[in-house]
Amino acid sequence: MSFMTKPKVAHPGLRRNELGLTRRDYEGGMSTLCAGCGHDSVTASIVQACFELALPPHRVAKMSGIGCSSKTPAYFLNAAHGFNSVHGRMPAVATGANAANRDLTYIGVSGDGDSLSIGLGQFCHAMRRNLDMVYIIENNGVYGLTKGQFSASADIGTKAKRGEVNEQPPIDPVLTALAMGGTFVARGFSGDKEHLIPLIKAAIRHRGFALIDVLSPCVTFNDHEDSTKSYAFTRQFYHPAVHTDFVAPASEIAAEYQAGDAVEVILHDGSRICLRKAREDYDPTDREKAFGYVKRRMREGEYLTGLLYVETEGREMHEINRTVEAPLNEMPFDSLCPGAGALDGILSRYR
Amino acid sequence: MSEPSPPDCLNNFTVKLANVNGTGSASANTLLMKSIFRMGVPVVGKNYFPSNIQGLPTWYEIRVSRDGYIGRSDGIDLIVAMNAETYRRDLESLSPGGYLIYDSTWPRSHLLHREDVNILGVPLSGMCNATFDGVRARILMKNIAYVGVLAALLEIDLEVIAGLLKDTFASKPKLVDANLQAIRLGYDYALEHFDCPLPIRVAPLDLTAGKVMIDGNTAAALGCLYAGATVGAWYPITPSTSLMDAFRSFCARHRTDASTGERRYCIIQAEDELAAIGMVLGASWNGARAFTPTSGPGISLMSEFLGFGYFAEIPAVLFNVQRAGPSTGLPTRTQQADLLSSAYASHGDTRHVLLFPADPAECFELAVAAFDLAERLQTPVIVMSDLDIGMNDWMCPELTWDDDYEPDRGKVLDAGALEKIERFWRYEDVDGDGIGYRSLPGAHPNGAYFTRGSGHNAAARYTEDSGEYVEVVDRLRRKWDTAATLVPEPVLTGSGRASVGLLSFGSCDGAVSEALARMQDEGVSLDYLRVRAFPFSESVRAFVDAHERVFVIEQNRDAQLRSMLITETGVDPRKLESVLCYDGLPMCYRTVSDAVQAALARGAAA
Repeated sequence: MSFMTKPKVAHPGLRRNELGLTRRDYEGGMSTLCAGCGHDSVTASIVQACFELALPPHRVAKMSGIGCSSKTPAYFLNAAHGFNSVHGRMPAVATGANAANRDLTYIGVSGDGDSLSIGLGQFCHAMRRNLDMVYIIENNGVYGLTKGQFSASADIGTKAKRGEVNEQPPIDPVLTALAMGGTFVARGFSGDKEHLIPLIKAAIRHRGFALIDVLSPCVTFNDHEDSTKSYAFTRQFYHPAVHTDFVAPASEIAAEYQAGDAVEVILHDGSRICLRKAREDYDPTDREKAFGYVKRRMREGEYLTGLLYVETEGREMHEINRTVEAPLNEMPFDSLCPGAGALDGILSRYR
Repeated sequence: MSEPSPPDCLNNFTVKLANVNGTGSASANTLLMKSIFRMGVPVVGKNYFPSNIQGLPTWYEIRVSRDGYIGRSDGIDLIVAMNAETYRRDLESLSPGGYLIYDSTWPRSHLLHREDVNILGVPLSGMCNATFDGVRARILMKNIAYVGVLAALLEIDLEVIAGLLKDTFASKPKLVDANLQAIRLGYDYALEHFDCPLPIRVAPLDLTAGKVMIDGNTAAALGCLYAGATVGAWYPITPSTSLMDAFRSFCARHRTDASTGERRYCIIQAEDELAAIGMVLGASWNGARAFTPTSGPGISLMSEFLGFGYFAEIPAVLFNVQRAGPSTGLPTRTQQADLLSSAYASHGDTRHVLLFPADPAECFELAVAAFDLAERLQTPVIVMSDLDIGMNDWMCPELTWDDDYEPDRGKVLDAGALEKIERFWRYEDVDGDGIGYRSLPGAHPNGAYFTRGSGHNAAARYTEDSGEYVEVVDRLRRKWDTAATLVPEPVLTGSGRASVGLLSFGSCDGAVSEALARMQDEGVSLDYLRVRAFPFSESVRAFVDAHERVFVIEQNRDAQLRSMLITETGVDPRKLESVLCYDGLPMCYRTVSDAVQAALARGAAA
């Protein structure tokens, strides 16, 4: 928690990206979340990913709903417009925004309450439309701002800080996304930025709906013993199924892969994702198998992480709609209004 | 034969067609109405239909009025009783001396008897079954055949009917022949068996030139097309659905690249109304003109986001095509009962601009105005139509378009302006009109700000400071005062010097105007002010102040407009007397003239 204004100081030696911007140019306001909150690590990962991709910050639109997670867009990309909407309704606002301007990069940050309870319907329908956006769920199994109620992602048997035990099954964002036709389904851990940053970069470059469920412990209300969303528990039970390397267009692949254990996926802009299987029998390009595998491992108490499923052939909302390439909000008025001459013809039906 | 109809029924009568829904009667009824329209005779149609797809009673009323009255009529002069289930009711609804036509293929029901009316049997089913093949064709042609019967009885020009059929089925000439054959069956039978024409009949006039027959939802969709709306988001709900259907078909025709098939529009069928308004706000925030058509229940669902739009100051255009009742109510009947729930939709100190079209032509005009106002005022604007305007065919002046029109995009700073700007505070009242300058995402780094529904200050930064909060909501109040100077002015009929005034809005207009004219004929001169927007212009308060008594006429039980006039203008409530109609049917002039004349006879207002 801080009340300070973040000083804008950039060390001359800071690394600069292709746009000549430093990492500091991708930061936002000072976080007002609790010290040690997992969400701040996600924020830092978003900053790093956008910096490394050299996104023009003002060409990003930051979308969120309501909750601790939804505050975080204020903490990254100060030069981008942000939209902190109403609880659970960020997908609708992002849909409309994208409908109006398909040229921006939409990064949505939501939480497990925002997306899996009040906003479950909108979350599902945004995937059904394959809306072109990054959708990060900062998942901590608990309502923070209202002080510690279980969310819909709380596991059976997990204990609240005040002692109550959850007995309802969780709604898992990854399984939900796989079932709803999500075209990019990933899980990460806020305590593992090394894996999270390439996931975010790949999600930004994916054309279509890219979900990243980030296990992001709540240090204040859900980091105790008997919680299944604590740092300690998550560190113990999260297991990468797939290691994800993001390779920008025209870059050399640095790592060497043994034949057979890596899958290369080429994204629309020419970026490549190299998926190294940590589990030999895992196939991140087969939706049904991925669903079964993730589900079975969850039953064993394991949270698989990585880019768990990806398909690049899915048509995103505008492709389905056959919208013009140029953003609708830039259409010249005379290309939209048929004019007085046409009106006479239109009215002939009504005479 | 019973009493003849009164002599003044030339071009002045009402026909009611009683059918079973799902039998294709709509095309027959439209054919009948439009033929009369094309003969230059003013006509208006009212559809009373069930919330059902097939098998329930449905009625279509066609009022022929040489005086050009467009309200619901107060009597039925001729009824075509095609639905056995409603025979008794239909017969009862007929005015004395009227005519009832029924299908005499089967024995006449004992219900079909009344001494004071004329009953004419035509073997419609028998004739059509003998002439046409196929169950569906026989059912459809039975309806067309009664149009033929009416053509003979009412002296409707067969050439006009043929011309209309050719226009309608230009791409399916075979249908023209079949329809004409069915017309002929009914026509010839009537000529042979009855004294044609009846005293109630049509004679050509030239009163429909420069007029169109169009419904309000179609006209509103045209308004959206012409205003340059590119994003439409919606969830289907009666009676607003045909608005988006029409927008889609206009866009398919006028906004689709002929060679590539690319669309210069994006219509999104949302998962619910909450999502629909969220999409509209997202698109408008991003600088597109976006809208959603809905009805009362949809407004209820959109309320949270409407408050967001008001507080975060995002343009949005909504069409509330009102239907009757609380809850699901009567979804296929009309009412004006969403005034309060729309004007003050959402929690906290929230208020919204409303526009009140009185007919389809105004749906077109005010749809365009709604986009201009929403962007100028950076706030949601709700066009308050209703089922009567939205779904019925009204005769109204031809829609016109001025090619010099330029959309008012409001105060938007473009990249050039942002590049030069010293300080961009999104919610700063630079001009003193309560309206700040906005920037669009992606335009320029200097334009970046955070849009939020939580407390914010003039610089769009998060705040929980009481003073900063009050500053924002007080500015929103100033913006509201600005809105009152920008919305469409009310329309005054009369000298403005009468002692008694009528004050109404929207689809009441047909009935009120007719009542006004009829009372004038009886020597009672009144002024009439038709309100076209909320917030109320200064002239609304002035009208009430200038009259001793004002009758406020509206279609809801709780006198919602009257309440708003009292709370918003500070006029003397004792001056305002309510005339209310809330049975779900379009208003008839008698509702107005009976109530007003009775009140005037009683003396001064309490």
